[in-house]
Amino acid sequence: MPVNYYIFLCLALFCIGIVGVLTRRNAIIIFMCIELMLNAVNLLLVAFSKMHHAANAAANATAGTDGQLFVFFIMVVAAAEVSVGLAIIVMMYRNIHSVDVNFLNRLKH
Amino acid sequence: MNVTQILFWFLSVLALFSALMVVTSKNPVHSVLWLIVTFFAISGHYILLNAQFLAIVNVIVYAGAIMVLFLFVIMLMNLNKSTEPKKNKWLTLAGGVAGGCLLLVLVAALKNSEIKQQVAQVKEGDIGLIKNLGNELFSTYVVPFEISSILFLSAMVGAVVIGKKE
Amino acid sequence: MQNALHIAWLIPLFPLLGFLVNGLGRKYLSKPVIGVIGSGVILASFVMSIWVFMQVKNGNTHIAEYFNFINAAGLKIPFAFQLDQLSSLFLLIITGVGFLIHVYSVSYMHEEKAEHFGRYFSYLNLFVFSMLLLVMGANYVILFIGWEGVGLCSYLLIGYWFKNDEYNKAANKAFIMNRIGDLAFLIAIFWLIAKTGTVSFDVLFSMNGITKLSQADITIITLLLLAGATGKSAQIPLFTWLPDAMAGPTPVSALIHAATMVTAGIYMIARSNILYSLSPFTMHVVAIIGLATALLAATIALKQNDIKKVLAYSTVSQLGFMFLALGTGAYVAAVFHVMTHAFFKALLFLGSGSVIHAMGGEQDIRNMGGLSKKLRITYITFLIGCIAIAGIPPFSGFFSKDAILLSAFEDNKILYGVALFTALLTAFYMFRLLFITFSGKFRGTEEQEHHLHESPPAMTIPLVILALLSIIGGWIGIPEALMNGGDKITEFLSPVIPVATGEAVSHSTEYGLMALSTGLVLAAVLLAWLQFRNYQRREATGLGKVLENKWYVDELYEKVIVNPLRWMGGFLNSIIERRLIDAIVNGVGRAVNYSSRQLRLLQSGQVGSYILLMVLSILLVFVFQFFLRK
Repeated sequence: MPVNYYIFLCLALFCIGIVGVLTRRNAIIIFMCIELMLNAVNLLLVAFSKMHHAANAAANATAGTDGQLFVFFIMVVAAAEVSVGLAIIVMMYRNIHSVDVNFLNRLKH
Repeated sequence: MNVTQILFWFLSVLALFSALMVVTSKNPVHSVLWLIVTFFAISGHYILLNAQFLAIVNVIVYAGAIMVLFLFVIMLMNLNKSTEPKKNKWLTLAGGVAGGCLLLVLVAALKNSEIKQQVAQVKEGDIGLIKNLGNELFSTYVVPFEISSILFLSAMVGAVVIGKKE
Repeated sequence: MQNALHIAWLIPLFPLLGFLVNGLGRKYLSKPVIGVIGSGVILASFVMSIWVFMQVKNGNTHIAEYFNFINAAGLKIPFAFQLDQLSSLFLLIITGVGFLIHVYSVSYMHEEKAEHFGRYFSYLNLFVFSMLLLVMGANYVILFIGWEGVGLCSYLLIGYWFKNDEYNKAANKAFIMNRIGDLAFLIAIFWLIAKTGTVSFDVLFSMNGITKLSQADITIITLLLLAGATGKSAQIPLFTWLPDAMAGPTPVSALIHAATMVTAGIYMIARSNILYSLSPFTMHVVAIIGLATALLAATIALKQNDIKKVLAYSTVSQLGFMFLALGTGAYVAAVFHVMTHAFFKALLFLGSGSVIHAMGGEQDIRNMGGLSKKLRITYITFLIGCIAIAGIPPFSGFFSKDAILLSAFEDNKILYGVALFTALLTAFYMFRLLFITFSGKFRGTEEQEHHLHESPPAMTIPLVILALLSIIGGWIGIPEALMNGGDKITEFLSPVIPVATGEAVSHSTEYGLMALSTGLVLAAVLLAWLQFRNYQRREATGLGKVLENKWYVDELYEKVIVNPLRWMGGFLNSIIERRLIDAIVNGVGRAVNYSSRQLRLLQSGQVGSYILLMVLSILLVFVFQFFLRK
């Protein structure tokens, strides 16, 4: 497949994620949209890794492996992030009995 | 149009549609479920790109573990019905327009880039196999790998500390 | 070390050292030490100056270049000293008279606190240093450094008693008036640099330098230099600062009037005599300004009642004479008069200081009288000074003034007539001062009468020395008509100032002129004696009142120059400054204030709006990166 298709697909997914972050107020949904954006990037990374491999396989049999390993590490970090993030959301819910980010305007003060 | 292309388009449409549903669903539980569909579609793409290891990890970690965690939290908070108050219409519109503009700008910018001629290998190439990735991971990337375990440990500790009642 | 000319740099260095030591150590040194240092350094310079003078007299002149003061793009201005006949003569006057004034000051200022005493002597030393720099400089720039230095020192010393507001104003006046002249001088220097690329005297006054200047250039440069000189040497229109400069201690007045400062203008024009000789128009201007100043100041001096003010106006008047001499081409006569004037004016000022000292600070001659019995030495020396300034032979003033009158006679009969009349006025007002102060009955208070005493030797000895010099100082310039080969000064200065080769008047005419002026001066003295022998106080009326108020020149300047300037300053302050500049400055502040108040609303604390802004910013960056950048 032309790599262009993957680029546009991933851009679309990423922008959907951004729109979700901007338009929703539920902290959990915002969090999920962030995961969506991460996955869009992951997909693009894999597509590029394969593109790189196709171009350089003759010279280097393992060309493009790095891209996939990056995806792996992103997943690791994302998992850690989710665990901490959800803990924060739980604590927030416990304190203000809501997950609406608009209540979190303490930054103003 | 061969099978690969049909699969590509199908998975793409599925991913975009379910992503849109994630964003637009009123009920958080529905959003989670649509997100799982999206992740499955992306895993399908991985398989199409012959990145089998990542496809499996994606299903297990994301669609499995992480999404279950989300669902669990939502259930815990009893947010399954749409409790979200009406948001400012203008701000919503502004968010949509901003995201749309970003997409437009990026597409316009990349539409004629020279990368257009490049082709991503589908169905073939063995770098995505677990053997090759494992070789690379435990030779070149062994230090970051070990460090990521420390990251996990600290994330776990952090989650426990934050979640603990005073 | 055989040749003093090679270590001539020591001459200005000594006073500079004295300035540094006294200025920095004024809190730690005792008064006798300060006095010894202050006077000693000048004495050392004096000894060096005599040595240099001897060398120069033997025909050795020297230009010593030490380093490049300015070296930029083809313009090279060396820091150099020129030791020739003219500068060595001035060195003698400055350090000699300066030394006597220093010695006198030690006694005169003995009531000051040690700290202020040190300050006083450091200023005096700096003053002498600047003046030495001025006369030794081998180019206009070095001369200008000294020129500015004396201006600064005069400011510092006139305002020495800075707690008195009037004195500070006098100091400001002196400084500002000098600055006006200095500006003209500076422009002249720039003009010279632009046209010839050099300011060194030796290059400038050779055929090499002169030929680069057109007639118009020379006229403009000499006029600008003249404007500078009128500031320093107190000529019309910038003369009013000098009488006000009396605010300083009396020895300072003596220093300013006799040895330093006011003679700077004369020196500078005498130094530039080659340029001036090439511009007849400027010469006329110089002569007319000099004569007008002499006459104006002499008439004012007729009616002044402050002992120092009379002397101040007489200085202005005598400086006018010197300018007249310069303007009629008698540069030697001008320099000669500078020298004799230095002697008798220093004598008169120090004598007046002695009188003021005895009277306990009283300066009004109406409150004096009959002092001759109590102040014997002061009286005699003062009398000698008066005779010398009046121009009665064989005292020094006669010879120099005669030379000036003679050159005026050769130039123009009208100039001569006015000059002679002014000379008569000089004799008249000086003897008026003498008679009112020293004869008749004492008119002061009981307490002052009781306090009257002769001054200590440290003050009287300089007076005696100066009196001696006032008598014999003129004998180096005895006119050819009286003694063959008597005119030594013209001969001495001839390498620097070419002797005029015009038609000399016959000796019989000269005898006639001398007899005429002497006779008339004696008549004026007699008139003064008749009128002021027994002075009684009375209000001045009519013309006398105008004279007493100095022709209202100060008031005129106040109305014509100061008030419009002040009005303009007020206008600039209230309209331009307040309305325009302040409005802009405040407007910027207010705009920032307002816009930040509005921008603050963006800081809503809503995470959503922050993210929205972030996305929009990224969007902007992308648009800029991909589409707008070439």
